[in-house]
Amino acid sequence: MTCGGFRVRYRDDERIFDTHLPMAGLMCLLCILGAIPFYASTYWLDVLNRIGIAIIGAIGLNILIGFTGQISIGHAAFLAVGAYTTAVLEARLGLPFYLAIPAAALVTASFGLLFGLPSLRLKGLYLAIATLAAHFITTYVIIHWEGMTGGVLGLQVPAPMLFGLALDSDARIFYVIFACVFPAAFFAKNLFRTKVGRAFIAIRDREVAAQVIGVSLFTHKLLAFSISSFYAGIAGGLMAHHSRILFSDAFTLLVAIDYLAMIIIGGMGSILGSIFGAIFMTLLPEILKLAATSLSGVYPQSFGLIASSRDVIFGLAIITFLIFEPAGLARIWSRVHTYWRLWPYAY
Amino acid sequence: MIDHLVFVLQLLITGIAVGSVYALMSLGFVLIFKASSVVNFGPGELVLFGAYVSWATILQMHLPLYIAFPLTLVTSIALGLIIERGVLRPLIGESIISVIMVTFGFASVIRGVLNMVWGSDTRPFPALFSSEPFHLGPVPVSPVHLWSFVIALLLLGTFSLFFKYSLTGMAMRATADNQQVALSLGISVKGIFALSWGIATVVSTLGGIILASVRGGVDFSLADLGLKVFPVVILGGLDSVMGAIVGGVLIGVLENLSGGYLDPVFGGGVKEVAPFVILVLILMVRPYGLFGKVGIERV
Repeated sequence: MTCGGFRVRYRDDERIFDTHLPMAGLMCLLCILGAIPFYASTYWLDVLNRIGIAIIGAIGLNILIGFTGQISIGHAAFLAVGAYTTAVLEARLGLPFYLAIPAAALVTASFGLLFGLPSLRLKGLYLAIATLAAHFITTYVIIHWEGMTGGVLGLQVPAPMLFGLALDSDARIFYVIFACVFPAAFFAKNLFRTKVGRAFIAIRDREVAAQVIGVSLFTHKLLAFSISSFYAGIAGGLMAHHSRILFSDAFTLLVAIDYLAMIIIGGMGSILGSIFGAIFMTLLPEILKLAATSLSGVYPQSFGLIASSRDVIFGLAIITFLIFEPAGLARIWSRVHTYWRLWPYAY
Repeated sequence: MIDHLVFVLQLLITGIAVGSVYALMSLGFVLIFKASSVVNFGPGELVLFGAYVSWATILQMHLPLYIAFPLTLVTSIALGLIIERGVLRPLIGESIISVIMVTFGFASVIRGVLNMVWGSDTRPFPALFSSEPFHLGPVPVSPVHLWSFVIALLLLGTFSLFFKYSLTGMAMRATADNQQVALSLGISVKGIFALSWGIATVVSTLGGIILASVRGGVDFSLADLGLKVFPVVILGGLDSVMGAIVGGVLIGVLENLSGGYLDPVFGGGVKEVAPFVILVLILMVRPYGLFGKVGIERV
């Protein structure tokens, strides 16, 4: 029970875990996650893996949009660059995955730097449109550079090897993915306690003011783009290993919109929100699918209807959150949290 | 030599015809942006909606054309008003990312509803014009292209006159110029927002009908064409009706020329990506486009 925190030093105020309870909770979570592959079915492992990948991607996008205020509709292109670079490095150059994924992330980061260049001149919706164009140009190159990417035929990704053990099942790749999720989340959480992270937030809140107090817009905007795309690169690399074969239509504009929806629904400018959003957006179609299969016994014609209702529910979710809870799931979480912390003496 | 000339002329004519449809769709986009500063990221879905509803009224309900068309237009006006009232008005004054996302949201709802009602198969669309090509000098021209150009031109002309001379048109321009002054002159700004959405959905619907009859079928790939609006409005200037018209035709011509010349080099599909390359170039050099208002803010 924490009731009234007496923080007398700035260090206390800035701590990630202000009490031991969340730390203990995190440890429990780690233990549960470590045990999951032994109990969960392949289907749910697959879902969990996709959630893990989505979390990394969503945190990356939230750093760029939620914390720095630079709108990007090109996140799918970043994922694609990460995924294809990983695949090419492993399949054609024979690099092991623990080198290929970071290398791909670095390539994606420099690609993000290129994407970010227009942000130095453009703001708001112009930047959004520029990144939209960049998305189409990138996917065009991926489809038509057949010698490198396999074009529409797809590109096979070899199973990652670690100490002579092939990580070729969902259960094994699960550990790789979640070994990336936790550092990614902590790095992001910590980033916004540092000078660079604070500078990002200053840019989001007002560019002119940020420049006046000595934040270099040039450095920090490009840095935000490259950190964000570094995350996307890692997510893409993991995606390549998770799906085992890469097709360019896994990276359509709809994927970029999905990621945008994750951070809107989860909560802009919140790491926890990105995680909630990623979980929500990945589970939504699965729950619909389950509902469709369970109802198809009663109403046989409902299957197609529920399956195609995904777009409608997805759109309605975005609209509802934007109108009624713009700060997203993270805000709901913190409200519930506060309520129960003070219960029954809420005042 | 003559062959080459015919080739170029044909690309030009197709480009102008397709471009005039782009101009129509962009007109809707520009109207909304001018009136309410909302960037509509779902122009494709409005086009799709128009095409599907007109298909349903003509082929599914077997209504005669003189009932089917007005019915389609009324439905699309209703859609525009619903979007404006239900989705965008609560978000007035919110950040750009919220407004962009909400347009993605309702676009997704429209796509989903169309998919639930009519499925995702390609539906044949009635050929509203004869398909027999006629010759303009040595160049064969298909009547569909000619008609789409003529219809687009007529509509664009009508709208230009409407904005210039009618009282409502003037009210819309006043709102675009300065909302507070417009309010103090007794113009209902909310009414203007609603009107601009109504007009935008109507022109998108007309664009959808023309595109569907040019392609001879309706399916979800029509929505992708809607995204061509962005190169057009960036080239023409986000807040310029004139820019939408000129930009539409220019983009249509440029994409056809680049497709015709560069497809053999890059192995196809250049037409789809060329407008976006042009978009990036314009943003680098002249972000406010040909006719847009120059907003200067230096940091």
